[in-house]
Amino acid sequence: MSGQPCKKEMLDHINAVSFSALEAQLYLNTHPCDKCALESFYECNKMRNKALREYATYYGPLTIDTATASCSDRWNWIQEPWPWQEGGC
Amino acid sequence: MWNYEKRLQYPVKISETNPKLAQAIITQFGGPDGELAASMRYLSQRYTMPYKEVTGTLTDIGTEELAHMEMISAIVYQLTRDLSIEEIKASGFDKYYVDHTLALYPIAASGMPWTATYFQSKGDPITDLTEDLAAEQKARTTYDNLIRLCAGHAEIVDPLRFLREREIVHFQRFGESLRIVQENLDSKNFYAFNPEFDCH
Repeated sequence: MSGQPCKKEMLDHINAVSFSALEAQLYLNTHPCDKCALESFYECNKMRNKALREYATYYGPLTIDTATASCSDRWNWIQEPWPWQEGGC
Repeated sequence: MWNYEKRLQYPVKISETNPKLAQAIITQFGGPDGELAASMRYLSQRYTMPYKEVTGTLTDIGTEELAHMEMISAIVYQLTRDLSIEEIKASGFDKYYVDHTLALYPIAASGMPWTATYFQSKGDPITDLTEDLAAEQKARTTYDNLIRLCAGHAEIVDPLRFLREREIVHFQRFGESLRIVQENLDSKNFYAFNPEFDCH
């Protein structure tokens, strides 16, 4: 499938930036004035939202907010495997 | 309220079946120091917590524990899928199978079903955060024990190591939370009053 980005690479990227955003989020709860952590959170969160939208257009939604990213006449939320299943995320 | 993300926090891809190890790992789903108890503990404690930093920490860690519960459930599910009746008998999985077939049910490694008595929500921030710090260490020890039991099974050990590391990060955040609570109290007598009750 040429032209389509690699599913595993996209997912690895989503996992990585989501993890970084969560780490910054937990840290910021107890260090709300840390400018460096704030910047890191904004940056990671921006990359995460972009990656989630991109992923949804090629491989179906991982979040309900991106469920309409791929224009389709059927409900895509349930089409791709669930995370614990073969081929899931 | 909550939103679901259709991905695991860290990937679980286990190709072997191993009902014997599944019976040990399931304790981090429904056991005394497992992820379900952790999540319910923090999400219950947060309502009366008077300090916004700590309420946020309880909410976000309580939420992350649900993602960990899903990872543990995925490990158990993958280790027990497509079992034959011979494999079930030979591995000692028959006692679980007779009540739950191959479905997920929150029990400890001993077979004890999950119970809310695994945690406390005491309504005193020093008391609750001290329990939370201990809970993270107890979960870390459980992961240490599981990782020893699973030696040689790289696909199982990998997500367990991720989960073990999260216990250490959460311990750190709860330590900071306890410091924030103490900074809000009388430094000469932390127990002069209970800020979740006496301070209205």
